[in-house]
Amino acid sequence: MFRYTVRRTLLMIPTFIGASAIIFFAGFALPGDPVSAFGGERALSEATRQVLEERYRLDQPLINQYLGYMSDVVLHQDLGESVLRRRSVNDIFWDAFPNTFRLAMLAAAIEIVIGLAAGVLAALRKGKFIDQLVLISTTLVVSIPVFVLAFASQIYFGVELGIFPIAGLNEGLKSYLLPAFVLAALSLAYVARLTRTSLVETMRSDYIRTAQAKGLRPSRVIGRHGLRNALIPVVTYIGIDIAVLMGGAIVTETVFNIPGAGFALVRAIGTRDNAIVVGFTLAAVIIFLLVSLLIDLLYAVLDPRIRYE
Amino acid sequence: MSDDLIEPHVERAETIVEAESGGDIEAIERAASLWSDAWRELRKRWIFWIAAGLIGLFTTMAAVPQVFVAPSPATHDPRECSLRAADGTFQDRLRPSSEHWFGTDLQGCDYYARVIYGARVSIVIGIGVIALAGLIGLALGGIAGFYGGWFDNLISRFVDVLFAIPFLVAAILFLNVIASDGGRGLGHVLLVLGVFGWPTISRLFRASVIQAKAQDYVEAARAVGASNMRILIRHILPNAIAPAIVYSTIAIGGVIAAEATLSFLGVGLQLPAISWGLMINNAQTRILTTPHLLIFPSIFLSLTVLGFLLLGDAVRDALDPRLR
Amino acid sequence: MATSIEYPALRARPEVGDVLLEVENLSVEFHTDAGVVKAVNRVTFNLRAGETMAIIGESGSGKSVTAQAIMGIVPIPPGVVTADAIRYRGSDLEHMSERQRRKVRGDQIAMIFQDPLTSLNPVYSVGFQIGEMFRVHRGMSRKEAKERSIELMDRVRIPEARRRVGDYPHQFSGGMRQRVMVAMALALEPTILIADEPTTALDVTVQAQIMEILHELQEDNNMGLILITHDLGVVASVADSIMLMYAGSVMEKAPADDFYASPAHPYAHGLMKSVPRLIHQAGRLDPIEGAPPSLLNVPPGCPFNPRCPHTRDRCREEVPALRPITGYVGQVACHFAEEVRRG
Repeated sequence: MFRYTVRRTLLMIPTFIGASAIIFFAGFALPGDPVSAFGGERALSEATRQVLEERYRLDQPLINQYLGYMSDVVLHQDLGESVLRRRSVNDIFWDAFPNTFRLAMLAAAIEIVIGLAAGVLAALRKGKFIDQLVLISTTLVVSIPVFVLAFASQIYFGVELGIFPIAGLNEGLKSYLLPAFVLAALSLAYVARLTRTSLVETMRSDYIRTAQAKGLRPSRVIGRHGLRNALIPVVTYIGIDIAVLMGGAIVTETVFNIPGAGFALVRAIGTRDNAIVVGFTLAAVIIFLLVSLLIDLLYAVLDPRIRYE
Repeated sequence: MSDDLIEPHVERAETIVEAESGGDIEAIERAASLWSDAWRELRKRWIFWIAAGLIGLFTTMAAVPQVFVAPSPATHDPRECSLRAADGTFQDRLRPSSEHWFGTDLQGCDYYARVIYGARVSIVIGIGVIALAGLIGLALGGIAGFYGGWFDNLISRFVDVLFAIPFLVAAILFLNVIASDGGRGLGHVLLVLGVFGWPTISRLFRASVIQAKAQDYVEAARAVGASNMRILIRHILPNAIAPAIVYSTIAIGGVIAAEATLSFLGVGLQLPAISWGLMINNAQTRILTTPHLLIFPSIFLSLTVLGFLLLGDAVRDALDPRLR
Repeated sequence: MATSIEYPALRARPEVGDVLLEVENLSVEFHTDAGVVKAVNRVTFNLRAGETMAIIGESGSGKSVTAQAIMGIVPIPPGVVTADAIRYRGSDLEHMSERQRRKVRGDQIAMIFQDPLTSLNPVYSVGFQIGEMFRVHRGMSRKEAKERSIELMDRVRIPEARRRVGDYPHQFSGGMRQRVMVAMALALEPTILIADEPTTALDVTVQAQIMEILHELQEDNNMGLILITHDLGVVASVADSIMLMYAGSVMEKAPADDFYASPAHPYAHGLMKSVPRLIHQAGRLDPIEGAPPSLLNVPPGCPFNPRCPHTRDRCREEVPALRPITGYVGQVACHFAEEVRRG
């Protein structure tokens, strides 16, 4: 188990280096004047230029720039500075991220509860009405692009029915509900289908037959023996999904005007604020890698066969 | 009694022929039966026919939009827009009517024509991206899975790196940088989506290649002297490609949705390109007054994506050996 | 006839010769999209305490389904189980409530399966899975159940039981895993053990060990043992009686010694002849021509008739009943058994 952990953690390092290099070069190295990119749409004075060039080591070879930037990130947790907004990217990030986090957690809770319940129900009543219902509704939800879903629910629940606030964070927790549902909808569909398939598959296994032959109650056969195996891939999927959600629910935040990390990223793109774009993307990668690591460890805990390879 | 004497000779001859061809007869028979079985299974399912219908509809729409636009009384050119009609009345943001079946948009363009022509972008990008990603993914995944060792290490690390960057974010990042001043076109979007789309396909294919490699029939083929390339193409490919095909079919729908999302966010296609995503983007601030601007492209988009998802599901069911 | 099991009375250890299981005209059908599969046709037999009965047949002969029907674990749609009687020590299993039947299952009648790797739950330790029997059927605490599990593992000769009780199935070798299954099945000292191809997935040397363990444990408790196999050789030395099945029907039923000395049914003849013998001159193998029929489409009359070297018209028209024949201790389902026997 220990060796597995160490190995997984070590693997993260080259991945992080590779991903950060790509992000960095995409942000700073592609053709165009990187300095004016910092200014966004405003022209910069000569003095500002010089300060910037020094600050970001733009007079140095690219690789040094990259190394310098990365050492700032890793050693000082400094993601740079947004010239446009005259604040450190770190500050902007920690303002925005908690909102994304709350949204992601709420969505995760919804997707877990409803998704698992629907999936298990569909699997146990395979072929019957509830199964078909779950299959069809999940297929439909998945085929409607997120932003369409977001709009539609905004119009219907927010405007027409007036149940939920349409946008912004003005009403505290309530304002998170509708976007969380929209966010959860897509993932929920996948969780339900995955749970259903996995459970149906698992119930066909030989060890389920053995459990029955042991005279165990059906609830124990399904609950203890079936689910314990069937949920392994589902838990893994949910974990990855949470990682992705935390990377910024870009579309949902944009439509519902939630000032989270995704929203800030889109704004930064619009205003050509490269420091934020690169910095936030890097943050998303770091979060993703950390959560993936946790998921892998969780997987080893759940499935003893993995521990001993 | 005399059959007793002939039979063993016939059997021996067959064995020799099989051995000479590197066990190919069996492999080809097996592969052929897999696919013809799959096709038969596919034809049986009503989901397949719905999917085929939807995809057929939208692909035709993409290929020959003129056919669909022809019956419309309004102008047949989606780019021919005027804010004012001949008699001076304003033509923009009209509700659907018998003249303009889907109404008009902010510039006075006939929305029906625009929505029909919008199919082209979606279908081309959907299929194009998957073709590109599929090619790269199958090649690299196959090499990684089949040869293992350093190839596998290298390719898998590379896949890990690309995986670590969230898809949408990566696409936004790169598209943002590429020619944002109006030069960004179909090709750019296709390239970026393709480059970030191949890792999943390669991972899937690599896994099934590794699984197929371990099968007995591969060992048998090797024992009669089949070369690596032959084994890869004749024996492993037909059997390992199924999950990749299922995923790719579903992914076409995903790519179409992704392009729409990117255009919606402003980093995908730009005007004057005709894309459903762009149309939805333009519609968002005026949902209450002109809902039709949102509704029609949304429906077309959703149905297109739905078509590919259903097809993927149907293909998966048809190729699943256990359901047969 | 009692329809519920009175617990104390039936815990009494059976005497050798007591009738444990009575199966009369058991049939199982599966209603599938492709048609009705007649998996088991009118199987009848008795099992006594201390007796080892071997059910022999090829894949698809219905032997496993018969066992599952006795256990009550045939999936009910699409399966349909009918019988004149299935009685365990006098109690009617068929019409018992599911709750009562579950009390019998595992506790009184136990079953082990062919592949111990897939038949054991990979995410629970072997100690957990063996202990489950004690915790669920006897209400023991976890600690007690663990101790008993270790005892059992010792009994089936798994080395270092105490250390390995927390290990997972994939950490054991094939033979050890099967011993775990045996331990699990015999935990509650059942009266009947059904072993479905217990040694097929194992090496030859390990096969012998498992058979030995089963035999020992049977003797300790006067347990009835039903061994299901396709391999004539494996059960030759341990079986008391043989029931030969083909395409869902019983072809021959006889005491083992008589069967092996000189079987009556043409199918049995064919099987005996097709087994390669070490002490023979090198020659051609003599398999039975043809292949078993699809259970969707069993040929009319005797199911074996397409492959039987002695077929006559009557065989194609009339299903032979299982009957005693002169000059033989057992029962045979063949119209012309006497003639075949005479040669």
